[in-house]
Amino acid sequence: MIGDTPALSPAPVPAPSARPAYALEGHGLVKTFGSFRAVDGIDIAVPAGTIYGVLGPNGAGKTTLLRTLLGIIDPDEGTRTLLGEVQPLRMARQVGYLPEERGLYPSMKAYEAIAFMGALRGLPLKEGRVRARAMLEDYGMGGSIDKPIRQLSKGMAQTVQLFGTIIHEPRLIVLDEPFSGLDAINQEKLEALIREQARQGVTILFSTHVIAHADRLCERIAIVAGGRIRFEGTPGEARDQLRSQVRLRTRVSDGAWRRALPADTVAEDGAWLFALPDEGIEPLLRALLDGQAGIESLSIERPGLHDAFVAIAGAAAAQQMQAEPTPEEDA
Amino acid sequence: MRELLRAALVIARRDFTAVVLSRTFILFLLGPLLPILIGFAFGGLGDRISSTDLRPVVGVAMSARDTAALERAHDRLTQRMGDQALPRLRPVASTPSPRIQLARPDSEVVAIMSGTLLRPALTGKAEDLDKLQGDISLLSTAALAERTLRFVTVERQEVATSLGAQAQARLLIGRVAQVVMFFLTILLAGMILSNLVEEKTNKIIEILAAAVPIDAIFLGKLMAMLAMSFVGIAFWGGTAFAIFAALHDGGGSLPTPAVGWPLFLTLAVLYFAMAYTLLGSLFLGIGAQAATVREVQTLNMPITMGQMLIFFFASYAVDHMGSPAELAACIFPFSSPFAMIARAAQDGAIWPHLVALVWQASFVALIIRVGVLLFRRHVMQSGGSWWKRLFRPATG
Repeated sequence: MIGDTPALSPAPVPAPSARPAYALEGHGLVKTFGSFRAVDGIDIAVPAGTIYGVLGPNGAGKTTLLRTLLGIIDPDEGTRTLLGEVQPLRMARQVGYLPEERGLYPSMKAYEAIAFMGALRGLPLKEGRVRARAMLEDYGMGGSIDKPIRQLSKGMAQTVQLFGTIIHEPRLIVLDEPFSGLDAINQEKLEALIREQARQGVTILFSTHVIAHADRLCERIAIVAGGRIRFEGTPGEARDQLRSQVRLRTRVSDGAWRRALPADTVAEDGAWLFALPDEGIEPLLRALLDGQAGIESLSIERPGLHDAFVAIAGAAAAQQMQAEPTPEEDA
Repeated sequence: MRELLRAALVIARRDFTAVVLSRTFILFLLGPLLPILIGFAFGGLGDRISSTDLRPVVGVAMSARDTAALERAHDRLTQRMGDQALPRLRPVASTPSPRIQLARPDSEVVAIMSGTLLRPALTGKAEDLDKLQGDISLLSTAALAERTLRFVTVERQEVATSLGAQAQARLLIGRVAQVVMFFLTILLAGMILSNLVEEKTNKIIEILAAAVPIDAIFLGKLMAMLAMSFVGIAFWGGTAFAIFAALHDGGGSLPTPAVGWPLFLTLAVLYFAMAYTLLGSLFLGIGAQAATVREVQTLNMPITMGQMLIFFFASYAVDHMGSPAELAACIFPFSSPFAMIARAAQDGAIWPHLVALVWQASFVALIIRVGVLLFRRHVMQSGGSWWKRLFRPATG
């Protein structure tokens, strides 16, 4: 639940127990590939029972972070705890993972593929087959149960893999870019499925670079850029990172009232745009009325999570570019 | 450990059914039988060719009396030495000279015998004369001694066995077992080289690596391929046995290996499993580093050459029981199964086999572990120096 933003205090590390407060924790995680630091000192803690989003632009380090937390790769530095266990694979039976790069055996039948993924996580194959058939039937894919994966559409194969991720009823589900490649209808279905799992007390951690999904689903988010967490908190707190924007239209284009507009005001399409002043809108309104500006319209627009994401990730990118030495400095 | 085996069995089951239930597996089963059938067909044909056409024909340009004496001597000698022992004789005209006759395009003889029985002359190419000179000398001598030459009858005194013959037979059993094991291993273990390419190209490796230790993936794949090999061996072995039984209805008995047939066959199965998993684990480790099928194909040739070297080493050891070379072949893990099966044929001691099996199994585990760590390091790009993790538990 904590990033490396200085404004946030580090989360306490719970003692391992049957039901830890945090489903996933990582402290000081570093992972480098050659000279590239894909994960650069990340602290993260995902509260149990929440839907948690890891947001970031392409190449931000989201996938490496998830792979490190799950134990697929080991960090160069730092520690991680998965469901209270320091060796992540020991909890593999209680985890479901949908990787970014989807992979299934092309010759396997749909229900067998799901049951196989369950069997990998300890679910008896026989039970897995029964559950897989029921899942596909319920989802309206009854006609595809006995079809080999190679005969399914990309979206259907992705659904099969998703079912394989949850068939063994895990306590923690980790989804890496789960919405990519899905059409709008299937994205909607996936959102419903994630909510349903969360209602049952399952912790969901997913990564995405499409902010709308995180905005609709997540209770908490971490914005990752350049291998670091640049923000951690609720989506509302992310929005609060940006000030609301004011859009003002006046009949009169100039007058003494203009001096009351904030310094960062810009003109756009015949309107004045500026950030909501710290003291609120009332003093400005009074000045506009006194100066007879002729207010045509005035709206206060609260920034969306998308704006917050762009601002935070963009600032991080700018900061990183400044930090990287120029060729002259290198020389 | 239990979880590791459970996960390995899940992987093994998937791989085994994927291979055995595929249509191409039928071709796999039938493939090795084709050379046998072709061998039978061409073997029979070859026999006919060698019995008729391949014996050299020597022209006889001598007087009618000498020619007749030679032919009688030829008949008497071939009755005792067999049809293939001597060159065929064909009377030819005594003029023109043998050199001119041999130079003719229609000449059907490789050499011409002229002169008299006392002073025969043989005309032909040097290499043909080298081969024929002794036979012609024998024939001439037999023809000259036609009246005085008496063949002695040898009395037969049969015994059930002799130690020398038994040692020879056991050596042969050891050699045959080695060759069969080697060809089965080279035929079957090579497939493991490309075993992880499917998982890597289909991106399945990520799902597997997130759910089970990579050791379990490697072990499972080896188990599946070994099981598949046993299916193949059972099929080929059964077919070979059926053909053998059909062709030899109970006549003659096989020599017994030093440890007895039941134990020898059990050891053969165990040593094949060891040879297969030793090479297989090495192949899996090397093949896992390859990114594409092309890379795997490139690796195939040097690996096969390495296998040949090991086989030559082990087969040299068969003839030198108890020598340092044989002991080295028994100790070196990759040649050990081949050397030990030859030992089982020739030496009745059991305990060396127990030691060898434990030794070989521990190397299988070691090679798998190194392969896994190299895979994690170079393919999954995870973990630091692999040797530091060699003996840590495989739980990720």
